[in-house]
Amino acid sequence: MINRLSTYLYLRPRLILLLLLLPPLIWFLVVYIGALIIMLVNSFFYLDGFTGQVVHQFTLQTYAKLLIPTNLQIFFRTTLMALTVTIACIIIAFPLSYYMARFASPRMKTFLYLAVTLPLWSSYVVRVYSWKLILAQEGIISWFARLLHVDGLLTWYLSSKLLGGPSLAVSVTGIFLVFVYIWLPYMILPIQTALERVPKSLIEASGDLGANPAQTFRNVILPLAFPGVIAGSIFTFSLTLGDFIVPSLFGNSSFFIGKAVLTYQGTSGNIPLAAAFTMGPIVIMITYLLIARKLGAFNAL
Amino acid sequence: MLFKKTIPSSGEQAPWYLKLSAIAALLFLHIPLLLIFLYAFTTDVSGYTFPPPGLTLKWIPRALENPEMQAALLLTLKVAVLATTTALILGTLAASAVYRFNFFGRETISFMLVLPLALPGIVTGIAIRSAISLLDIPFSFWTIVIGHATFCVVVVYNNVLARFRRSSGSMVEASMDLGANSFQTFWHVIFPNIGTALLAGAILAFSLSFDEVIVTTFTAGLQQTLPIWMYSQMLRPRNRPVTNVTAMLVVLITALPILYAQRITASTSESEGGSK
Repeated sequence: MINRLSTYLYLRPRLILLLLLLPPLIWFLVVYIGALIIMLVNSFFYLDGFTGQVVHQFTLQTYAKLLIPTNLQIFFRTTLMALTVTIACIIIAFPLSYYMARFASPRMKTFLYLAVTLPLWSSYVVRVYSWKLILAQEGIISWFARLLHVDGLLTWYLSSKLLGGPSLAVSVTGIFLVFVYIWLPYMILPIQTALERVPKSLIEASGDLGANPAQTFRNVILPLAFPGVIAGSIFTFSLTLGDFIVPSLFGNSSFFIGKAVLTYQGTSGNIPLAAAFTMGPIVIMITYLLIARKLGAFNAL
Repeated sequence: MLFKKTIPSSGEQAPWYLKLSAIAALLFLHIPLLLIFLYAFTTDVSGYTFPPPGLTLKWIPRALENPEMQAALLLTLKVAVLATTTALILGTLAASAVYRFNFFGRETISFMLVLPLALPGIVTGIAIRSAISLLDIPFSFWTIVIGHATFCVVVVYNNVLARFRRSSGSMVEASMDLGANSFQTFWHVIFPNIGTALLAGAILAFSLSFDEVIVTTFTAGLQQTLPIWMYSQMLRPRNRPVTNVTAMLVVLITALPILYAQRITASTSESEGGSK
């Protein structure tokens, strides 16, 4: 009986394919792709200001609301934050990735790889929480500043209107630091993978042809590491755009995209506006991916 | 390939500034996690004073007995188990289909599976939320599970597919030639072969679900998973010592399985796939 069923299936590969593919396909089409489409549809509805009900009627007025100055500012602020976080991550990640790929012994490499992936996979909330401890007014940074007798400098920095705040725990600088910390492993690993693929012979050839180490680095290694940098930046950029936890824990009243989406759909029940807002990061990410492709970042991946 | 035994580079030494900045990056990654362990023992109940005014063990039993924490932990574990199970089934099915068959749209499958992780968390969150509310489904335990399972599928899929690609198809043919039927071949040849890949995928999916907070915020009703509970404690601290201890517990609960998963995948050098 089982043998006959087995033969029956063996002779009908299309049926097996269907049986294998159908459950995940249905799940994703219904739960995910369907949800994305519904969100898109929702963004063309609008919230009736008087009744507080969502009106199911095609309109562009929700998108028009995105273009008022406050909302444009939110997009600008979030994109700028994502950009600076990405750049900082590249600067911090590169030396470590470079060391891992070129100089570390195999055992050291295994150790470093674990040292990078462990934070990557350990709890996001806990890692955010650790910065609550660090940035607090009575926390380790203030203590360290006092130890070095630069607490005056810290106070002066915090009085800056743009970057400061009542304490580091409530400031743009705080948000920036936490983002850099949380997304850093996502930058280290792709750069390391890209550098790993640079053939040693290429570096030797560059030296043989008379380039000094700095020239080799700039003209051979950097261009070849570039796809890794782009791959990493896609993570850091996208993750920063969509995060609302960090801005609401370390920020003041100024909004970031994620926080705005949460507020619109939560307290005001304005799902159309929240949905339209979400199209922002999607469009920004698609633009980013297109630019990355144009720069040739995917050719080497 | 990462762990290939290579001859150490020709005695080349890293310049000191490179070593220094690499060490600095490592410290930056790990000091915050060490502080979590320190603060679990602090006697300070109203702030985050550094250095801690004193150290105590008394908050550990208090935290473990805290009913809110227990309820949140239990809910998180239940969600993670169900989401992981669903992801295991769907991910393995999809990986088998993509590996064994050539069909129209095959390339788009992995793209579709990775989307829930690759797009910003709020996109996945708000998309599922607007679907749920449009269909008038009440937010519940099950809506959390559905959201989690969706972004967990890709880790299982990546691990299993990588294993399939590295194992030789001739073993399956040999099994068939020797008279085993499809089911016997699956049970005696394919399953043992992908066993550790399934385990690694399951551990990673579990830890993804265990930690998730952004999508959960949108798909949960009044239920509080552990990460949501911690988030609310950070927004409005009510019980700092208990939160401190919980943070340490979470690090311990997630770190060990992940190290284990790394080991079983690293020895066969596979991608653990995806991101958070």
